[in-house]
Amino acid sequence: MSPPLLGIEGHSQCNVSLMASSASADCISQNLSGLKEHNYFGLSDCSSVDSSAVSSVVDENKKNLNLKATELRLGLPGSQSPDRDSEFALLSSGKLDEKQLFPLVPSKDGICLLSQKTVVSGNKRGFSDTVDGFSQPKSSIFSDGNWMFNAAGSESGQPKLGGNAGINVMLTNRSSGAQPSIKAEVPAKAPQEANDKMNGSNTNSVPASKAQVVGWPPIRSFRKNTLATTSKNNDEVDGKPGPGALFVKVSMDGAPYLRKVDLRTYSTYKELSSALEKMFSCFTLGQCGPQGASSREVMSETKLRDLLHGSEYVLTYEDKDGDWMLVGDVPWE
Amino acid sequence: MGYSFPEEALEHVLWFLSSDKDRNSVSLVCKSWYEIERWCRRRVFVGNCYAVTPEIVIRRFPEVRALEMKGKPHFADFNLVPEGWGAYVYPWISAMSVAYPWLEEIKLKRMVVTDESLELISKSFKNFRVLVLSSCEGFTTDGLASIAANCSNLRELDLRDSEVEDLSGHWLSHFPDNCTSLVSLNMSCSGSEVSFSALERLVARCPNLRTLRLNRAVPLEKLPNLLRRAPQLEELGTGAYSAEIRSDIYSNLAEAFSFCKQLKGLSGFWDVVPAYLPAMYSVCSGLTSLNLSYATLQCPDLTKLVSQCHSLQRLWVLDYIEDSGLEALSASCKDLQELRVFPSDPFGAEPNVFLTEQGLVSVSEGCPKLQSVLYFCRQMSNAALITIAKNRPNMIRFRLCIIEPQVPDYLTLEPLDTGFGAIVKSCKELRRLSMSGLLTDRVFDYIGTHAKKLEMLSIAFAGDSDLGLHHVLSGCDSLRKLEIRDCPFGDKALLANAAKLETMRSLWMSSCSVSYGACKLLGQKMPRLNVEVIDERGPPDSRPDSCPVEKLYVYRTVGGRRIDMPGYVWTMDEDSTLEFS
Repeated sequence: MSPPLLGIEGHSQCNVSLMASSASADCISQNLSGLKEHNYFGLSDCSSVDSSAVSSVVDENKKNLNLKATELRLGLPGSQSPDRDSEFALLSSGKLDEKQLFPLVPSKDGICLLSQKTVVSGNKRGFSDTVDGFSQPKSSIFSDGNWMFNAAGSESGQPKLGGNAGINVMLTNRSSGAQPSIKAEVPAKAPQEANDKMNGSNTNSVPASKAQVVGWPPIRSFRKNTLATTSKNNDEVDGKPGPGALFVKVSMDGAPYLRKVDLRTYSTYKELSSALEKMFSCFTLGQCGPQGASSREVMSETKLRDLLHGSEYVLTYEDKDGDWMLVGDVPWE
Repeated sequence: MGYSFPEEALEHVLWFLSSDKDRNSVSLVCKSWYEIERWCRRRVFVGNCYAVTPEIVIRRFPEVRALEMKGKPHFADFNLVPEGWGAYVYPWISAMSVAYPWLEEIKLKRMVVTDESLELISKSFKNFRVLVLSSCEGFTTDGLASIAANCSNLRELDLRDSEVEDLSGHWLSHFPDNCTSLVSLNMSCSGSEVSFSALERLVARCPNLRTLRLNRAVPLEKLPNLLRRAPQLEELGTGAYSAEIRSDIYSNLAEAFSFCKQLKGLSGFWDVVPAYLPAMYSVCSGLTSLNLSYATLQCPDLTKLVSQCHSLQRLWVLDYIEDSGLEALSASCKDLQELRVFPSDPFGAEPNVFLTEQGLVSVSEGCPKLQSVLYFCRQMSNAALITIAKNRPNMIRFRLCIIEPQVPDYLTLEPLDTGFGAIVKSCKELRRLSMSGLLTDRVFDYIGTHAKKLEMLSIAFAGDSDLGLHHVLSGCDSLRKLEIRDCPFGDKALLANAAKLETMRSLWMSSCSVSYGACKLLGQKMPRLNVEVIDERGPPDSRPDSCPVEKLYVYRTVGGRRIDMPGYVWTMDEDSTLEFS
C-alpha cells in the first residue's frame, strides 16, 4: 500500500518545474528527503528552498529576515547573549515570539533543528504575503490580521503564536507563572511582572470580543446561533428576557464595578434597597468580601443605611424613555 | 473446479454478513462469489457521493434496500465550503426511483436535499421506512409534508442538525390518521411551531415510538401531555425547558417524567430554567446519554444534575460545568465513554468560566471507559496531555480545541508536540484526532510514527514545513480522511505522497501553500483522483502556477470528474496544460 516513491538518499534540490518535466515521482521524493537531510544541519539553504515553493511572491525583505534569523541561530544551546535578545526586540514581534519560544527550550535535537523550525516558520509569512498580494480571499486568516495581538500591534498577516507570551518570556526570564493576563484565565497564576506592558498592548489591540477567523473555533452554525439567542435572553439589561430572570445592572457612584441584580427575586422596594445596601456596603466601608462576619455585617448595614437614607446615596433608575427616575415613585409591579 | 458449492447455501451464509468490509472481502474471493454477493447486498454505504456514480452502484448492486451516503467535506460544518459547492442527492433519488422500487432506507449526511427529492422519495418507494438527514439542507417543510403524507410505513424521520426552511408548521399534520408506525421522530432542528394537537395525536397513535426529539417551540408545560401518551419512550429531546414558575406545572412535569421508566437519553433543554430541573431527577439514574449542550445552566446546577446520573455513558455539556463539575462527573459516572464540552462564549477575548485542562484530566483519571473526547478550552499543557494519555490508553477519538490558535503549553510555553505525541504513542487504537495549540513538525513525526490506526486527522494552524505533511502521509497507514487548514504545507509533501491519496477517501487543504501548478500536476498524474481547486478569486489560470490555491479537495473516485461543479471549483484533469516558469 505504501508507495515505493520515497528515496532515502539525499540528492540535490530540484524545483517543482524540473520534477514535472522529468515526470518522475522519485525526484520529488528525493527532493523532499534532501530537504530532510538539510534540516538536521540547520543550513540556511533550507529556508530559501521552502520559500521557493512560493518563490515568485516572497518578499525580498522577508527572505532577508529568514537568512538573518538563520545566521543568528547558529550557536550552541545556551549561548544566547542578552544582546541577541534585544536584537530580537527590533524585529517584528511575530517573528520575535517564535524565536523566544524555541531558543530558550533546551532540546536534544540541538539548536540547529530549532533554528530550522524558526526559519521555516518564516515561510508562514511568505505565504501570507502571497495571499495578501492577490486580494483578500475570504477564508485566509493571514489577511485578516484581526486575531493578531502583539505589542507592535501593527503588522498584519502574521501568524500569531504564543503572542504576548513570547514577549513576556523575554522580559521576565520566563518564570513558570508567566502567563499573560490576556490569555486564558487560570485561577492560580496571575503574572505580576511585565503586566504593564501587556496591559498596555492589550487595551490598544485587543477588542472586548475578538473578530473572528472564518470557521474558528470549529463550531457548527446551528450551535453558534442557538447560543447567541440563548445568551441574549439571559443577559438582558433593559429587562425583558424570558420567563426566567430579570437582570438589571446597578452601579454606585465611586464603586469600581457594576453589579447585576435579578429583580424577580424581590417583591418590594424595601427588599431591593436592602439587598443593594448589602451589596454595595463593601465599597463604602472599604471591605470587599462576598460575606462578612455577621457582627461586622450588622454594623456595616446600619452605617450604610444611614449613609443611604441620609444625604449621600439615592437609588435612581433609567426608564424606557431614558429619563432618570427616583426609585420608589412607581408601584413595584 | 471439482464440486460446486450451491449458490443458495452461500447466499444463506452471506445473509449473516452485515459488515461492508466483510462483504467486500467476500467479493474478492472469486468471480462466482462476487456475483452471489452483489445480488444479495442490501445495504450500501457511500462515504463520498462523488466517489462513485448512481449508475455504477445500481449496476453492481441491483437489490439494495438501504443507502447511506455522505456529501460535503467535514469542514463545510464550519463554513469553509462556499454555498453551491455540490452534494446534490437528486440524481441519486432519481436513479434509484427506477432501479430500487423496494428501497426502505435513505441516510444522508451533509448533502443538499430539495423538496423535489423528498417528494420523489415519498412517491417512489412503497415500503419506505427510514429517512435520516444529518446536517443536510435545501429543503422546506413542504418536502417534509410530502414524506409525512405519502410514506405510509414510515418508521424513522430524523432531521438532526439539518437546516429546514420553515414555511409552515403544519407539515406534521400531514401524517395520516392511520399512520401508526413511527418509531423515531427528530425535529429538533426545525424552527417553526408545529400544531401541538397534531403532534399529540401522532404520539398517541404510535405505540412503538421510542425516540422523540422536539424542537424549541414546544412549550414545557405541554411536555407532560406527550410523555403521558408515550411512557415507552427511550430517547427524549425536550423543547424549551422553561415556563412560568408554577407548582402545578412543576408537579405535572415531575409526575410525567416518573412514568417514563425506559428513558435512556435526554436532550434539548433550551432556555432552561433551573427551578424545573428537579422535575426530571427521577429519570437520572437510568440515563445513559445526556445532551446538555444547549443548556445554559451554571456549574452548581450542572454538577448536581450529572452527579445523579450514575449510568451515564455519554455527556455533551457546555463549559459552564467547569473543572469542579467535571471532577464531580468523574466521581459519579464511572461508565462514561464519551464526553463533549462545548464553549459557551467562544468568541470572547477572556475566559468566562473556570474550565481548564484540569477538568479533562480529572475525567481521564476517574472514568476508566472514557474513549471519546471533544473538548474546547483555553489553555493546555504537555503535562496534562501526557497524563491523559497515560490514564486512557483506550482512547479512540480525541479532539481538543484550544480556542486561541497556536497557543503554547501555558506552563512551559513550549509547543504541544510532546503532549500530542504522548497521546498517539499511548493510545494505540486511536482512530480520530483533532489538534490545536502551538504545534511544530515534530508532532507530525510522532503521529506518522505511532498513529497507525488513525483514520481521521484534523489539523489547523500547525506545523512548520512540508515535512509535517510528509510525516503524516507517509506514516499513517490507516488514514482515510485528512483535513488541513492554515498550515504551511505545500507542494513537495503532496506530490511525494500522491499515491497515498488513492488509499484515502479524501484530503482537504485550505489556506495552505499548495500551488496551482502542483494541483495541475497531481490531477494529471493521478487519473483516479479528482483534484478540485476551490478558488473564489476567479480562474486559477489567471494567476501564475506558483500561486497557492485557496482550497484544495482531493478524493479518489471511479466516477470521473463531476459535472455539477459551481463556477469557483476547477477540476485538474489529465488534459490540463502545464506551464513551467
